[in-house]
Amino acid sequence: MPNFDPSQIPLVSIVFWVMTVFTLGGALGVVTSRNLFHAALYLILSFFGVTGYYVLLSAGFLAMVQLMVYAGAIAILILFAIMFSRRPMAHESQANQQWWLSLLLALALFVVLVVVVGAVNWPVSDAAPAADTVTQLGVALLGSYLIPFEVVAVLLSVAMIGAIFLAREKTEAEE
Amino acid sequence: MPSDYVPILIYLLVATFIAAFALVLPHYLGPRRPNPAKSDTIESGKLSYGDARRRVPVQYYIVAMVFILFDIEVLFFYPWAVLFWDLKWYGLVQIAIFAFLLVESYIYIWKKGAFKWK
Repeated sequence: MPNFDPSQIPLVSIVFWVMTVFTLGGALGVVTSRNLFHAALYLILSFFGVTGYYVLLSAGFLAMVQLMVYAGAIAILILFAIMFSRRPMAHESQANQQWWLSLLLALALFVVLVVVVGAVNWPVSDAAPAADTVTQLGVALLGSYLIPFEVVAVLLSVAMIGAIFLAREKTEAEE
Repeated sequence: MPSDYVPILIYLLVATFIAAFALVLPHYLGPRRPNPAKSDTIESGKLSYGDARRRVPVQYYIVAMVFILFDIEVLFFYPWAVLFWDLKWYGLVQIAIFAFLLVESYIYIWKKGAFKWK
């Protein structure tokens, strides 16, 4: 190849396509895997791919949310739910009698998305992407939005106590 | 800026390479002379019993719930950690209040016996 210059490689495009392979490949694995446990693992790959999109969009905090909450916590919860409800390594068909209903719904959703994406005139801003969004978010959260920030902790507290109240078996003394 | 993440990209590539390397290389280089004792499950010298692939007690759900809540809490530490040096004591006090609000409910559910294994 004449005049090959490594700095000319469009790194952003390469990362974008690799992440697209992760996202769509993972999603495909979720729906085609015969093993429900493997499907959940493919879901983590798909979530990870979406993290890359957020990084490319300069949304550092959202990338972190995607990685920690979706690829971390939600995926773990799904894996737990599978292990609670069935033998994890059982190979069974993922289709049941309602497969045609979900096919119909998935097709309808697909049509709606295609129509919306085609119909909306997506505006493109000339402004440069905001630098260091995490710092700005930190200034906002610990500055003007300090009270909502602390209320988040209260909300998480309520969620924790609520979950334990619902899930815990009653002790003999309470019955 | 996405270019700030290039070190993470390099880190991911190196980590993936090392993981693949450590799995593939022994597979081709290592000698394999299996016998029943070698093929058996090993867990710190204890003899294995039963099937590991069975249903997990639903009680473990509490651990999963608490994990998710603390996961979200750590997420809110992120913008604070970026500003750590600029905020000085003010930031430390605010995040301490934030953490305390969760830790006290953690202590509450602990005292309630949520983590007692039956």
